[in-house]
Amino acid sequence: MATLQEIPLSHDLMLPQAYVVKQVEKETPDTFSLVVHPQERTTDGIGFLPGQFSMVSVYGVGALPISISGDPAEQKYLVYTVRSVGKATHALVSRKPGEEVGVRGPFGQGWPLDTARGKDIIVVAGGIGLAPLRPVIYEILQHRDLYGRLVVLYGARSPREVLYRSELKAWARQPDTQFLTTVDYGGLNWHGHVGVVTTLLKYARLQPSRSVAMICGPEIMMRFVTRDLEGQGMRRDDIYVSMERNMKCGIGFCGHCQYGPHFICKDGPVFCYERIRPLLDKYEL
Amino acid sequence: METLERIIAEHPFFEGLESYYTGLLTGCASNVRFSAGTYIFKEGEEANLFYLIRAGKVAIEVLPPQNHPLTVETLEEGDVLGWSWLVPPYVWNFHGRAIQETRAIALDGKCLRAKCEQNHDLGYEVLKRFSQLMVRRLQATRFQLLDVYAGR
Repeated sequence: MATLQEIPLSHDLMLPQAYVVKQVEKETPDTFSLVVHPQERTTDGIGFLPGQFSMVSVYGVGALPISISGDPAEQKYLVYTVRSVGKATHALVSRKPGEEVGVRGPFGQGWPLDTARGKDIIVVAGGIGLAPLRPVIYEILQHRDLYGRLVVLYGARSPREVLYRSELKAWARQPDTQFLTTVDYGGLNWHGHVGVVTTLLKYARLQPSRSVAMICGPEIMMRFVTRDLEGQGMRRDDIYVSMERNMKCGIGFCGHCQYGPHFICKDGPVFCYERIRPLLDKYEL
Repeated sequence: METLERIIAEHPFFEGLESYYTGLLTGCASNVRFSAGTYIFKEGEEANLFYLIRAGKVAIEVLPPQNHPLTVETLEEGDVLGWSWLVPPYVWNFHGRAIQETRAIALDGKCLRAKCEQNHDLGYEVLKRFSQLMVRRLQATRFQLLDVYAGR
């Protein structure tokens, strides 16, 4: 697999490239997946590593750090799953097919798929945290022989906020995989799990000593999950988390996303838990 | 054919329990089965049983005022359903509804409380296990209350 350094960067990293929105898919009442194609044909392809993000601009409104949520094998377009929670995200999900957005990147360190080869993979996602992990799932399912068992534990707020529903069903049918979805609150028509995502761990068939865990979700959720995985015998340096801060430049120049001694945009967003554990317990960092 | 004692001994909740105590528990146990949709207990009813779930799925429901029942937790194979039998006034605080065909071992709380009073070693074993269960569920409930996926 290509490392970050091997991916060609043939343009000014601070200059957005023009992309055209080809498709906007409603995932949940407030979350949408946008498929964007580069306006200019590129001979390099538009490769990215699972876990990397782009700075996506809506001209005149602002630029947002958005994780790439599509298939890393796809070289013709990028997919972003965006939750509309503010002015800029609302403007982004309101783009219509044919309209333009600016894209810089991909930036940052991705998930440790090289390290994970030959091991079982435990993916734990909360809410929209499934989006940055979806490329990992694609990658593993496409190269099944390189990895051990795949366990995906996904927690959403309620049944109507479950992302990628049709894909979840298809993934669950794959061999040597276990996909469990839970919601914090269920209604009469939901017959799946109800409870926080950590409650799924007891139903997961894990081998902690030969597994790598990849976690993405709200920071407090990741703290609960890491604590429980450690309780099950996982080593801290086999656990990886994806962090989120106010990224601006994407290349470690501006300092907006500084997290202790790290820049989330450049050193992360994916970090080994052992490396940042002391920072996770600090308030207002 | 599996005996009740063996099923209890192999249930994760009583993993590692000495066979003498498993034998005492078995005297209070019976096999039960609930079809999907059946209410196993309802809020406000006397709570004198708990269940070791062997198969199926049970929803713990609460009825918000002027609204539909809300499922706050589901329990499945390997889980324990109910601890209201252990704490006075021995009344269920939620509804328990089988949402799949569910098989379980029912343990009579009154019978078990009496045995725990007579044999404090058994009582301590039972309390240790239930206190761990309660702590895990309290922590999960606090996590749930944080509503971490809400848009802010």
